[in-house]
Amino acid sequence: MPIDIDIAHVAKLARIELSEEEMAAYRAQLGVILDHAAKVQALPTEGVPPTSHPLDMVNAFRDDVVTSSLDRDEVLSQAPDATDGFFRVPPSLDNE
Amino acid sequence: MTELSQLTLVEAAAALRAGDCTSVALTESVLDRASLTEASVHAYLTIDRLGALAAAEASDRRIADEKPIGLLDGLPIALKDNMMTKGIETTASSKILSGYIPPYDGTVVRRLREAGAVFVGKTNLDEFAMGSSTENSAYGPTRNPWNLDTVPGGSSGGSAAAVAAGSALAALGSDTGGSIRQPAALCGLVGTKPTYGLVSRYGLIAFASSLDQIGPLTRSVQDAAILYEAIAGHDPHDATSFPGPAPSGTERLGAGVEGLRVGVVNELSADGIDDEVVAAFRATVDRLEKAGAEIVELSLPSTATALSAYYLIAPAECSANLARFDGVRYGLRVAGSTVDEMMSLTRAEGFGSEVIRRILLGTYALSAGYYDAFYGQAQRVRTLIIQEFARAYEQVDVLVSPTAPAPAFELGAKTQDPLSMYMQDICTIPSNLSGHPAMSVPVGLSASGLPIGFQVMAPALGETVMFQVASAIEALSDDIGRPVLEVVAS
Repeated sequence: MPIDIDIAHVAKLARIELSEEEMAAYRAQLGVILDHAAKVQALPTEGVPPTSHPLDMVNAFRDDVVTSSLDRDEVLSQAPDATDGFFRVPPSLDNE
Repeated sequence: MTELSQLTLVEAAAALRAGDCTSVALTESVLDRASLTEASVHAYLTIDRLGALAAAEASDRRIADEKPIGLLDGLPIALKDNMMTKGIETTASSKILSGYIPPYDGTVVRRLREAGAVFVGKTNLDEFAMGSSTENSAYGPTRNPWNLDTVPGGSSGGSAAAVAAGSALAALGSDTGGSIRQPAALCGLVGTKPTYGLVSRYGLIAFASSLDQIGPLTRSVQDAAILYEAIAGHDPHDATSFPGPAPSGTERLGAGVEGLRVGVVNELSADGIDDEVVAAFRATVDRLEKAGAEIVELSLPSTATALSAYYLIAPAECSANLARFDGVRYGLRVAGSTVDEMMSLTRAEGFGSEVIRRILLGTYALSAGYYDAFYGQAQRVRTLIIQEFARAYEQVDVLVSPTAPAPAFELGAKTQDPLSMYMQDICTIPSNLSGHPAMSVPVGLSASGLPIGFQVMAPALGETVMFQVASAIEALSDDIGRPVLEVVAS
């Protein structure tokens, strides 16, 4: 029995608007893939630490030196909407 | 002399030094080739004809002044379109980045530019590097120059097809689960994934950050080693970048395999692998043994779980990485009355179905109540795989397996069944999970004339011995030549 997932909730978390038909198709496909992926649960892993970096090294921070950054206007030129040096987006809250 | 577009990097560099040709002639040769092959192959999303010719002219002046920057000076190379190129459109084959012009060069691009390389253009890929056939591109599929009815592999299928077709001398790809090695195998090339952390990921559009690694697709092992050395090295812009010196790629080329211990991974070399691929693999193992290598058959049972772990880890990381494509800072925006609605509509419109599938899978695997059972458990299994590889490398110098389970398949053959497409990567995924270097070398053609690849895996920072063994395999194998491609002027 494939794993059943609450696809509408997952799509909402992922911020992807899906139709009923799309949700049904993805739910079925994800069930099959997750069924296969769930094989990882068959291996005993008690006391095994999760991998964080494959090379057994920790974060290597660069020196805290001030360098030039990207040109603001050049970066903003790629935005769908920008004004006065800011990215512009629709309101966060519905006005109703 | 061979057609210029068919030369290896080493041959072309020698011709430039000897004055037998110019960088402009080399560059025009691959551009002319592209104008013949692109209508059928579609390796490129963008060809920068003017930029390439200008770079070639600059290179010719340096060479004329006897001041070339290095071996790569003047050589035409292609870049996968998930690498940032300042001023040149970069889309990762996604509609969501259509028209995006990066304000900076990725580190690998900068390094190659500084080495004098000429960039022909940006190559097609599966959207955001998610796929094994280059059919998941928003801009149409790439076809395999060896047989236009078949796929070139993926996700670096455009880079592989460009080099195979002669529209670049070499290319860079990126490999998250096999995306350099599998297309190299399917297109008859050498494909190399270096140790995780040796090549900077700064300016590589991220798919799964703990697995992604950039590497070369080339016509010879020596070319691979040279291009690897040009792009490897510490980068302060990538916090996962390895701080020490990168191992040599070229030092032991041609040194043979006498006395080396070569481990055959049983789990990756029989079940689910096509008969012709197994036969070519075994024939190559026999040649290595005759050449003086000690062959050790060994078992790595945890690799059987690698695909399952990968399909939790990679989607989980992709769901986090692709959150940045939200219609705010770059790319597509679909209007909505609230910011939430705008983002949800933009992402639905901008992403293709495979990308949405993986984002949903990853979001689920990371969501409350499931994190430990899925992502956490997969990362613990990953530790087991790394430990098992470490024990194997106490017994052998390198591990070997086939690269892909079968030669190139026909377009459309696997698009309706995601799991069958994912199976393409069963032999390549373990090295991404372990972070170890691995590469594919062509070892023959199938009865229907399609290339077959052989994979060499080495321990972390084991590039020197990996290239040594790969160069021996290349010398022991029959040259498969170049694809005969029916072309029409477009």
